[in-house]
Amino acid sequence: MSLQRRRKLLPWLFIGPGLLWLLIFFLYPLLNQASVSLMSGNPEQGYDLTWTFSNYWDAISEYKEQFGRSILYAGISTVLCLIIGFPLAYFAAFHAGRWKNLILLLIILPFFMSYVLRTVAWQLILSDDGTVVSVFRTLGLLSDDGRLLASSTAVIAGITYNFLPFMALPLYVALEKIDPRLLEAATDLYASRATAFRKVTVPLALPGIFAGSLLTFIPACGDFINAALLGTPQQYMIGNVIQSKFLNILDYPQAAALSFTLMLFILVGIFLYARLLGARNLTQAAV
Amino acid sequence: MAATQAEADIHLDGVSKRFGDMTAVDDLTMSIPRGSFFAMLGPSGCGKTTTLRMIGGFEDPSEGKVFLGGSEVTQLPPYKRDVNTVFQSYALFPHLSVERNVAFGLERKKVGKAEALKRANEALELVQLGHLGKRKPAQLSGGQQQRVALARALVNRPRALLLDEPLGALDLRLRKQLQIELKRIQQDVGITFVHVTHDQEEAMSMADTIAVMNGGRIEQAGSATELYERPRTAFVANFLGISNLIEAKVTGDQRVATHDGVALHAPECAGLIGDVQIGVRPEKITLILDGEPVPDGSNVLRGKILVAAFLGVSIQYVIQAAGGEELTVFAQNTDGTEAFGAGREVQLVWKPEHTFVVQRG
Ligand SMILES: Nc1ncnc2c1ncn2[C@@H]1O[C@H](COP(=O)(O)OP(=O)(O)O)[C@@H](O)[C@H]1O
Ligand SMILES: [Mg+2]
Repeated sequence: MSLQRRRKLLPWLFIGPGLLWLLIFFLYPLLNQASVSLMSGNPEQGYDLTWTFSNYWDAISEYKEQFGRSILYAGISTVLCLIIGFPLAYFAAFHAGRWKNLILLLIILPFFMSYVLRTVAWQLILSDDGTVVSVFRTLGLLSDDGRLLASSTAVIAGITYNFLPFMALPLYVALEKIDPRLLEAATDLYASRATAFRKVTVPLALPGIFAGSLLTFIPACGDFINAALLGTPQQYMIGNVIQSKFLNILDYPQAAALSFTLMLFILVGIFLYARLLGARNLTQAAV
Repeated sequence: MAATQAEADIHLDGVSKRFGDMTAVDDLTMSIPRGSFFAMLGPSGCGKTTTLRMIGGFEDPSEGKVFLGGSEVTQLPPYKRDVNTVFQSYALFPHLSVERNVAFGLERKKVGKAEALKRANEALELVQLGHLGKRKPAQLSGGQQQRVALARALVNRPRALLLDEPLGALDLRLRKQLQIELKRIQQDVGITFVHVTHDQEEAMSMADTIAVMNGGRIEQAGSATELYERPRTAFVANFLGISNLIEAKVTGDQRVATHDGVALHAPECAGLIGDVQIGVRPEKITLILDGEPVPDGSNVLRGKILVAAFLGVSIQYVIQAAGGEELTVFAQNTDGTEAFGAGREVQLVWKPEHTFVVQRG
């Protein structure tokens, strides 16, 4: 084999395994589910591909409430994660000194425990005879028979807690890359610290804000654990519906149609979000 | 430092800065006259950057006061000080175009956006980058980024510009070119420049006044000529060029004797007593072969040529003096004759007024 041909082959050799993996475990199931979403039939006799596009309209119209709730809960949680995660990441990046690694460790520490268990722990924390509820009742933040568990608040709190690291870590990475001398330069050029933050820190953190928001919002949209463990059917999100259709009712076409609809929503959402933040800033600020 | 405190643009009064138990700047007092090109010269770690950062407001002095234009600013944050810094790393904002970088200060000072951009582009013209305003800093070369940093500071027309090794990251050719350009711009705009460098040639070729720093203190300040011809400390003598220092003792009025007993005439030694070092610059020395007559009243040392290197414009000799020290001599190549060969016994001859004397340190 000539050197030149070998050179041409080399890149394929490198991406080959990854490509194969994606083909087998991502693209194939995706196409498979796409075809399932267009089937009709019933669990007993099985399903056939009949190009039943109405699956989509049925799914959307029947579950628009859960769709809306998914996007609402995921959206609120993402904003909360940003509000909580930004100061955390900012502190870790600029002021933590030798405590930096400890803070980062604390951020990822919850990952050492299983997702479901963490959420069960929140069940205990928010339970009716738990400390949080009793403190809230004493402070008058909750009425005497008010509950935290089985409410939207509980579900949103759970999602926020579970996804905070996905927000905080990309933010940390983006903030940590900012050269403190840029902030000195800004104050040298008559910007107060607040203005320097607004005009330099935030724009340079945009890639982190973007990445963190996606990493939080996307899985949060499809989440069903938090709603199942911390909520009631009144708080169920689209993930709960898909899960029960797939695993309990065995209505595969509807479940697949719901999944694809969710995917579409998210893609459109990402696109709009990138436009909002300015795609140019996202790529160029990172340089 | 001729300027009084009132007419000085920048005045430091007994300023010290300590980091832990490490003293970076030690009881520094200096005045920088309005409109001057002032260089702070010294080896790495001598406290130049720290001094500049205290003027800019990025470090609080542990002691002492900072004045700008006669009013005290010691406690003011950087954005309330009428000085701008050109950072060694340039510190250009990567997310803003070149012209927006330059307009940044003006926009903060509430100059309208259109006006700010207009002035930014004028400033870019001044540094010959008028055509690159729309680019991002990452798309510029090092030299161009340096100019943008300069324009970004200059456009605000501050009382003084603080430049921290502004040319340090550039290659030699570009550095020489920008030295001339900086000097030209300073003369054009008339703003006080405080230029920090560890490059003595750079300081000497650009500055009206040079302050030589060592260990957090100013060893000596003055014009390049003063510092070169009449250094007051061995450190200054060595830092600016080759100094040919010889251990000596003051023996009387304008008289010194070298450690090996040669009597020399040193008009500059007034006020010094006891152990000193005398020095003479290499180009001030004439070599005369042993046994040949020397001009009356000259200072003379004897020595043996170790190395003779022909450099074209001059011949550089390294000579072992009778007292043991190796001295350097530059002989101008005025008549094109052959250099003296290594091993020749020679007399090193110079005029007494070219002798400088420093206290033994
Ligand atoms: N933030 C700091 N913390 C501790 N030591 C510092 C700090 N900044 C400077 N120094 C020390 O102060 C001394 C002077 O530093 P600097 O002003 O940067 O010198 P120069 O600019 O002349 O090279 C150095 O020894 C340096 O290590
Ligand atoms: Mg420095």
